[in-house]
Amino acid sequence: MDWLSTITRTFFDFGAMAEVLPQLLGVGLLNTLIISVAATIIGVALGMVVAVMGISPSRWLRVPARIYTDLFRGLPAILTILLIGQGFARFSQSIFGPSPYPLGIIALSLIASAYIGEIFRAGIQSVDKGQGEACRALGMSYAKSMALVVVPQGVRRVLPALVNQFIAIVKDSSLVYFLGLLVTERELFRVGQDAAVLSGNLSPLVMAGIFYLLITVPLTHLVNYFDNRFRTGRRRPAAPSSGLKEVKELAAASPLTTGSNT
Amino acid sequence: MSLASNTARSTSNTKEPVPDIETFHGSSLELKNLTMAYGDVEVLRNVSLNVAPGTTTCIIGPSGSGKSTLLRGVNRLHEPKSGDVLLAGESALQVKPDLLRSRIGMVFQHFNLFPDHTALENVALALWSVKGMPKAEARERARRRLAEVGLAERADHRPRDLSGGQQQRVAIARALAMEPEVMLFDEATSALDPELVKGVLNLMAGLGRRGMTMLVVTHEMGFARKVADQVVFMDEGEVVESGTPADLFDNPQSERLQRFLSEVL
Repeated sequence: MDWLSTITRTFFDFGAMAEVLPQLLGVGLLNTLIISVAATIIGVALGMVVAVMGISPSRWLRVPARIYTDLFRGLPAILTILLIGQGFARFSQSIFGPSPYPLGIIALSLIASAYIGEIFRAGIQSVDKGQGEACRALGMSYAKSMALVVVPQGVRRVLPALVNQFIAIVKDSSLVYFLGLLVTERELFRVGQDAAVLSGNLSPLVMAGIFYLLITVPLTHLVNYFDNRFRTGRRRPAAPSSGLKEVKELAAASPLTTGSNT
Repeated sequence: MSLASNTARSTSNTKEPVPDIETFHGSSLELKNLTMAYGDVEVLRNVSLNVAPGTTTCIIGPSGSGKSTLLRGVNRLHEPKSGDVLLAGESALQVKPDLLRSRIGMVFQHFNLFPDHTALENVALALWSVKGMPKAEARERARRRLAEVGLAERADHRPRDLSGGQQQRVAIARALAMEPEVMLFDEATSALDPELVKGVLNLMAGLGRRGMTMLVVTHEMGFARKVADQVVFMDEGEVVESGTPADLFDNPQSERLQRFLSEVL
């Protein structure tokens, strides 16, 4: 059973795991969450702009949105992160200081916004055309009908897809380490990686992996829950009732329908 | 109480007073050589039509005859290619579309209620967002409108918890709340369960009696015969024949109308 103990020592060295745990909790997890949540919030805001532009009747809004989406969806995340993280480093220095951390978040946000924009666009376009028409027929402007009726319905539909996107962002946030983070800015992967190099043992990385799973797996199940809930919605539980009852209700309640010759 | 008792529509201009119910002040509606196209395909050619204030005009005809397109031209959900629409004597094509549509109510075959709003919110939404009414006032008026269509107790239900007939009545209340000058009905009862059709038709007939100008696309020949002041038969994008219900139903002139009636009656 030599190979078994090798595996245990390489991947499941509990001593090494326990040693890295405080750092993973205090630094890694915190930074991973900060980066992911910030990138998601900015990504959702930008994504909504891109989506609304993408379905606009105006070509001058549609085409730029299309190009933006193709660009950031088509490039590998690591390439975008490096180009933006290093390319704008000087620019960022004058605003945020020397840390590449904000640029990493921005790069992730841009990538996320391209995906989220497509998610929103699909959701908004899946809303029945009659909804917009009903709004317009009531005299609402295009902007109002989108903002008050169509977009909220579309967004509700894609909440599960957004959670999936958040999971993808959590995983992609590990790529920010390429920009060279300060010790206190390291996210889960970098903390695990550093400890693994120091101890010559992969267990800290396994521990980091467990942390990722702790974030992502519950979310995947939350997605399923959301999916069911939003697909069926809240219903008033009601026994099937006869249509004749409604005929009676109408006759009894409505002054309009009781004829004028009574 | 029902349609049958309302056959005396020839007296439509001497409206019987309806106690305790607000009356409407419908405007006149006139179509002049209206032509509409989807791309290069003309689906409506040179349609002219005159609807006097407070009267009901029913448009009948086979599917694909351009009936729905005509309605959509009136409120410019689809822009006419040429011709003119006169609302209360003024060209509707010169008015801003949003403003025009707030003066014209429309009821759709599939209701098109907002599923994430309650019945009350469905009715109130345009009141505050288009008319700029304070929300409390909008809800108050919405409640009254819902009561008028017999749905006071269902104000807090969402569309999915309402039957088709109830949904369509909410849709009618929603359109009425805007105090339109003209109401357009696009096959408003075609998607309803059979036992609920009459209730909605009665409601529509009631609006006509109260002075609303109505343009009604319908397959309900009984309704057209009893309630309409004018019936228009369309086929292949043109008005083939128009006149009083008696003219069209009892004495159809054109061969196309005769054929159509023999199929549907």
